Amino acid sequence: MAVKPTLKKTPMPEQEPQHRVKNFFEVALGYSEEQAVTEAKRCLQCPAHPCVSGCPVGIDIPGFIKKIKERDFKESARILKKYNNLPAICGRVCPQEVQCEERCVVGKIPGSEPVAIGRLERFVADWEADNVKERTVDPTVPKGKKVAVVGSGPAGLTAAADLAKMGYSVDVFETLHKPGGVLVYGIPEFRLPKSIVEREVKYVESLSVKIHLNTPVGKSISVDELLKDYDAIFIGVGAGTPKFMKIPGTNLNGVYSANEFLTRVNLMKAYLFPEYDTPVKKGNNIVVVGGGNVAMDAARSALRLGAKSVVVVYRRTEQEMPARREEYLHAVEEGIRFRWLTQPLRYIGDEKGKVIGVECISMELGEPDESGRRRPIPIEDSRFVIEADMVVEAIGTDANRFLLSQFKGLSLNKYGYIVVDSETYATTLRKVFAGGDIVTGAATVIEAMGAGKKAAFWIDRFLSGEYDPWR
Amino acid sequence: MKNRIIKKSRLAPQVYDFVIENEQIAAKARPGQFIVARAHEKGERIPLTIADLYKDSFRMVVRGVGKTTYELCMMNENDVLSDVTGPLGNPSEIAYFGNVMLVGGGVGIATLLPIAKELKKHGNKLHVILGGRSKEYVIMLDEFEKIADELIITTDDGSFGIKGVVTDGMDLVMNKSKIEVAWAVGPTIMMKFCSLKAKELGLKIWVSLNPIMVDGTGMCGACRVTVDGQLKFACVDGPEFDGTKVDWDELLVRLSQYRDEEELSLRKFKESVGDLSWL
Repeated sequence: MAVKPTLKKTPMPEQEPQHRVKNFFEVALGYSEEQAVTEAKRCLQCPAHPCVSGCPVGIDIPGFIKKIKERDFKESARILKKYNNLPAICGRVCPQEVQCEERCVVGKIPGSEPVAIGRLERFVADWEADNVKERTVDPTVPKGKKVAVVGSGPAGLTAAADLAKMGYSVDVFETLHKPGGVLVYGIPEFRLPKSIVEREVKYVESLSVKIHLNTPVGKSISVDELLKDYDAIFIGVGAGTPKFMKIPGTNLNGVYSANEFLTRVNLMKAYLFPEYDTPVKKGNNIVVVGGGNVAMDAARSALRLGAKSVVVVYRRTEQEMPARREEYLHAVEEGIRFRWLTQPLRYIGDEKGKVIGVECISMELGEPDESGRRRPIPIEDSRFVIEADMVVEAIGTDANRFLLSQFKGLSLNKYGYIVVDSETYATTLRKVFAGGDIVTGAATVIEAMGAGKKAAFWIDRFLSGEYDPWR
Repeated sequence: MKNRIIKKSRLAPQVYDFVIENEQIAAKARPGQFIVARAHEKGERIPLTIADLYKDSFRMVVRGVGKTTYELCMMNENDVLSDVTGPLGNPSEIAYFGNVMLVGGGVGIATLLPIAKELKKHGNKLHVILGGRSKEYVIMLDEFEKIADELIITTDDGSFGIKGVVTDGMDLVMNKSKIEVAWAVGPTIMMKFCSLKAKELGLKIWVSLNPIMVDGTGMCGACRVTVDGQLKFACVDGPEFDGTKVDWDELLVRLSQYRDEEELSLRKFKESVGDLSWL
């Protein structure tokens, strides 16, 4: 008798919550070969494959899954790599539930979950890293033209890899001492191990992409030099300036931006202090402000540093929070508490200038605002104080204004982000393209990669003389 | 080789003068800017000011106070720093002003030197006040002697120059000359008192802030300071600000933020390397 495909995704082994809150090791452990093949068999290989249109980089999803089913993992990896230069990263941090998996036909069957495309992607990428020692790179015909990529985050790495594959000579300029952008400073080790990022960056470098670290464009290399020396430029610098609510007490000791807290923990490995030299405060009672993925990362990191209590305050409710469902559920499992409809008004400090509490006010939801979400409105006489010896504000980021001001003629929108052609990613400045968070404002890794990929396509068209919006 | 220590010399106890190979910084840096350095793979990123520029190298002065700065002071010629990023921050706003007062204390004297040289190039008359705990801590004296039109030294113990603090020197200068603008670079507490003095004298004063930083490029906000009631990032909005508008007490508190961790780190370091008083 044929085995009927199960309605649920093959579960992925995870570290138990009570253990994982004490370490920074990866929470999700990945599929075994058997689990991957079992899950791959759930794919119907439907001819319409709507999943592909849900993927910002257009991966041949049925194609790579079919090869898993046939146990040809090597071929599966080859298919994947054709579309996605960083699959081990995407398999871990993509919001598949609102992309490929949301459109999966299996998921439309009543009571059935979609195929676990993200988990399968991760499996294939990790299998390749473990089993294929010599990764051959298809030789390309050099095109004799140079492209500069500013920023080595997901947008920059993707654009660089694709352009290198097309035969361009690519230089990537990164300000920090490690490549990867948000992948190394922002996303924590327990969600995306830094060894995986290193592996993927090595792959990009194996395509002859040259990454120049410690090189802030606009400071150690001028924009004029770039414009003179390169045939095209891609700006993928992200949205790296932390926002603050600017409420009273913001500069008390113990109040962090999420960027600072996560940079200390991830990039500088402060969780290994004093073996590593960079310290971070280890609070007992922590308040994290915000409802996005960064807030979840900050809260879960604080817990792993040894906090007794971590409370996330968010001015809307669970329904409106922008964090991925999976991240939120992981946080809940780990014991993080949530106070919905809560807005901080000020931070309270002691005589030594250290934060000891957060005065908040309760909110209620009114009419929808421009984002379509119901606007939170303060409820009078509802102030209360949450005790806290550390606060992390994770309320979003802004554009890096300094760098952009160096590109004379580059149009920015009212938020300070770069204005581009929505299809080609061409900016208003000749031979300059841009993509990722510096165009859209803070978004996801895969959206930035999608932008990098599309921009690379149009940069190639431009350099081939087939496209020139500035003429 | 990039970031190699070409030359190292001792300026004072626990204070060392380095010349670091780095073409990018040598080509691009201007007075008032700083760099962020990391000694090794497990090291902190720390901001250090640029003391001078050469053809393909730059000069920096480091005082050993915590683990990272001690480690730097213990590095030798031909050792290579793991990372150096820069130049960062905004250059000093230098033009012809007329009479300019320059106040330096501790290793801030090194930061002041390129500013002084550039001001001199623009034809300014330099009234320089350098201060230190005692004679041996007043560094780079011979270099300032070459460019200063007036040079006043103050020491806490009176072992050299005037027994007193740099603000006493400010009074002396102001009594004799009409000063258009001043710069003060040194320990935060010194810059605070220089700024209070300048405010009292109605003098415009620039200070170069050195708060705790991580990336130094505007990405983390660790270095935020309140200037004229506004939240500023010292790394990208500074490092120089109008000293009379800085919230000094807040900055001093923020500088103490990691005191416990810094002590732990230094204690463990000393346990492994032994006594460091010889440095």
